[in-house]
Amino acid sequence: MAQHKINYLSEAGLPVALTTVDKLVQWGRSNSLWPMTYGLACCAIEMMATGASRYDFDRFGTIFRASPRQSDVLIIAGTLTKKHSPFMRRLYDQMTEPKWVISMGSCANTGGMFNTYATVQGADRIIPVDIYLPGCAPRPETLQYALMLLQKKVRKEKASRKLKPKRLV
Amino acid sequence: MRAYQNKKNVQKKPYYTDRFWVAPQIPKEDVSSDEIFAKDLEALKENFDIKEAYIQRGQLVVYIGANENVEVITFLKNQLDYNFLNELSAIDWLEKSGEFEIFYQLLSTTKLKRIRIKFFIKQKEEIRTVSTIYKSADWGEREMYDMFGVIITGHHYMKRILMPEDWHDHPLKKSYPLHGDEEASWYEIDKIFGKDYRAVIGPENRDSSRVDENDTYNFARIHHEVPFGDKPSKEIVHTDYQEEGGVFLVKSLKKADSKILKERP
Repeated sequence: MAQHKINYLSEAGLPVALTTVDKLVQWGRSNSLWPMTYGLACCAIEMMATGASRYDFDRFGTIFRASPRQSDVLIIAGTLTKKHSPFMRRLYDQMTEPKWVISMGSCANTGGMFNTYATVQGADRIIPVDIYLPGCAPRPETLQYALMLLQKKVRKEKASRKLKPKRLV
Repeated sequence: MRAYQNKKNVQKKPYYTDRFWVAPQIPKEDVSSDEIFAKDLEALKENFDIKEAYIQRGQLVVYIGANENVEVITFLKNQLDYNFLNELSAIDWLEKSGEFEIFYQLLSTTKLKRIRIKFFIKQKEEIRTVSTIYKSADWGEREMYDMFGVIITGHHYMKRILMPEDWHDHPLKKSYPLHGDEEASWYEIDKIFGKDYRAVIGPENRDSSRVDENDTYNFARIHHEVPFGDKPSKEIVHTDYQEEGGVFLVKSLKKADSKILKERP
């Protein structure tokens, strides 16, 4: 029998941590964000560099998957042309909920310098985007930071399946 | 600073306004100044109707009749040893004369000479394929069709090469606006969502520097997210990538402990 008073709820009181289901689930999700290998242009080179050993995406629990069925995050890395846009929309639709989108670089954000007939003027015209990442092309650090911000955003969200409709659709 | 010009409807008259610098004509030399070219032209003149010929930048330029293109190129390949077709395409003179100028650029790797065969066709006129003579003409002719709408007969796979199959018009024509026509600007919306969604999504905004903080239809500032269309939040939030208390099992950055390296390790 303990002679002194123990505050069971404070740190090191019991090997127990109190939390909510939302927080627990979203903490898990935020640390296993699997993006799809989806390089469209030169930003993909930076995305590959971020995945490689020097910057090392794996330590965030971020592992690139080659299938939309296994991915949570779509990183639009590069110029989205109008010819390609239906395929991207299809890939986005094939991803299972919950899913998030990072629009990487100027071209994906706004069409960038390709202010022409053949380029989609911002990928958010066809799919809802969570994080717009500026730069041409963004450095790997920037993509890491975007991912960490996305993790924070995920942690703030509710875990329930009834997600409120995102922008655009 | 350049003087301000009214840029309204500038795409409607893209022909030789002062926006473009028009190069002065490159001097033309007589064909007799080059021995090999003079001989080649002599051989061509014996067999075909040659309209004009001169040397420009050390390359022979020959104008022929539009209906003789296959014969001339076969002759150049078999008789005159021009064994390589570098490039072929069209030049848009529709506004000036209602014509396309078609050119074929050939190289002889034995004579080390380049020759350019040119002719004019009317807009709807068809030309015969040379892809049966030179394999390299295959994609070139498809591109010519894709970009200018020049119709080529006898080609084994006459389809667009770059633009989507259902694309409207041919984008390299000078009358085609750089930002695309009506069909082009709604292409992805029409194809993915259907024409009814045009009003929902709205026209393309090409001002990439425009960010409207009060626009919560298209933007949500990070950590300031509000429901779709609500008023923007004025709440002050820490924009750090981690919550103040840290995250369970995730290493948090203590700014005091971090050090800045002078040079790369």
